[in-house]
Amino acid sequence: MENKKLTQAQMDTKWTELGDFFRRKSIWMLMYCTGCCAIELPQAMTSAYDMERLGMGPMATPRQADVLLITGYLSLKTLRRLVYTYEQMSEPKYVVAFGPCVINGGIYHDSHAVLNRLDHYLPIDVYISGCMPNPESVMNGFTDLMDLIKNKTAVGWKNYRDNNEWYKKNQMDALGEVFVHDEFHE
Amino acid sequence: MSVILMSMLIGLGVALFGFTLQTTIGGINRKVVGRMQKRYGPKWYQEFLDIFKALSKRAISHGWIYDFGVIMAVGGITATAMFMPITDSLVAFAGYDNFFIFVYLLAVGMLGMAMSASGSGNPLASIGVMRALTQMLAYEVPFMVVVITIIKVSGTSSLTGIMEFQQANGWFALSLPIGFGVAFLSLLGMLGKKPFETYIAPSEIASGPMVEYGGKQLGLLFVMHEIATFIEVSLFVHLFLGGASNIIEFLAKYFIVYTVANLISNLNGRFKIDQVVVFFYKWPLALAVLQAIWVLWR
Repeated sequence: MENKKLTQAQMDTKWTELGDFFRRKSIWMLMYCTGCCAIELPQAMTSAYDMERLGMGPMATPRQADVLLITGYLSLKTLRRLVYTYEQMSEPKYVVAFGPCVINGGIYHDSHAVLNRLDHYLPIDVYISGCMPNPESVMNGFTDLMDLIKNKTAVGWKNYRDNNEWYKKNQMDALGEVFVHDEFHE
Repeated sequence: MSVILMSMLIGLGVALFGFTLQTTIGGINRKVVGRMQKRYGPKWYQEFLDIFKALSKRAISHGWIYDFGVIMAVGGITATAMFMPITDSLVAFAGYDNFFIFVYLLAVGMLGMAMSASGSGNPLASIGVMRALTQMLAYEVPFMVVVITIIKVSGTSSLTGIMEFQQANGWFALSLPIGFGVAFLSLLGMLGKKPFETYIAPSEIASGPMVEYGGKQLGLLFVMHEIATFIEVSLFVHLFLGGASNIIEFLAKYFIVYTVANLISNLNGRFKIDQVVVFFYKWPLALAVLQAIWVLWR
């Protein structure tokens, strides 16, 4: 009798697995397209590669979205907006980063305005390689994200919550102040 | 007592049926549109996956008005759907399927959503709600003129009565062709399909009333939207296409009406809100009034 009854932890695991099934079959994207890799997304979304057959689609606001796409290099001025956007998304949330610029700064690594390593500031689940990545790599990156969700290894959002002080300290070092009350002035 | 309980159970069954039907047909229509654009398209049950995914996410709250409004919207729409006849014999509350019940009860759900969206405090949500109410004011006037003509002709405002009148005397789609066209334009406005998609406008006001919704509240709003679409399309089927005498007939008519509306939607751009109001108050209203006069004095 005792070993038939599931414990609370086992029940939670079952619910998480059920939720993960839906979450990997239906991924809504928020496109933060400030970099040049964004030009590869239209091919992946429209008739040629048809992202919708995997259940993916674009969404209008961060609240509705599941995955944040960061396409290419990230300047100091956009980091603050990116942090705002990421923190508005509802959990579980994932981040997909495009190109080498998010890893080491890419061809803009020596600019004073460009951040070199994005994963110091936000947790990244999937990197897509190529400058720019072709649509096949983009689609491959999204199927990788689905596999990560299936294997319960897409845990960037948990890391962000657990190591929040570390991320906030890095953001503060880069920006001086993360949250400004008047959004029209830096 | 047991009769009322039975009616309520049947009514809840109708609401659940409407949700399942519209979610399935919405998914099939996404595939139809995909094929139209030479894409493979999503799975036919993609809409179910989307809704359950949204319900499985964690949600934040913007205050109790925001949460309460969502529940009021789902409850109001479910209560409206409970009165909807599926065929001329399958109706949960026989004798209470008056057309005006739907007009009044549908407003409860819509106002719940408007209240909730305004409670989120986002200015884009307020703009979206304002546009939705303005658009409602625009399409309701010609639609009401047409429906009042129908009520005058058939002598009853009960949906089952109108259905039986049409099965005896021919469809209103054929005997009132102008009103049929006007009501189809109004249906596009009701469903928020493309020429009249003004209050959603994802690229302009970031999906309007839905701008602050995420997670569970968004899932509940999707459920509400599917049931509302079921009510509006079923109303159109019952008023103009002679209702249905069996469930297969209903499914076929429903599928055709929704698919045609969706195909028209995918061929059009989006009006501005002032263009929507001027459009509905110009030709559809004039034609509806002209037909009403012709029907009354012929």
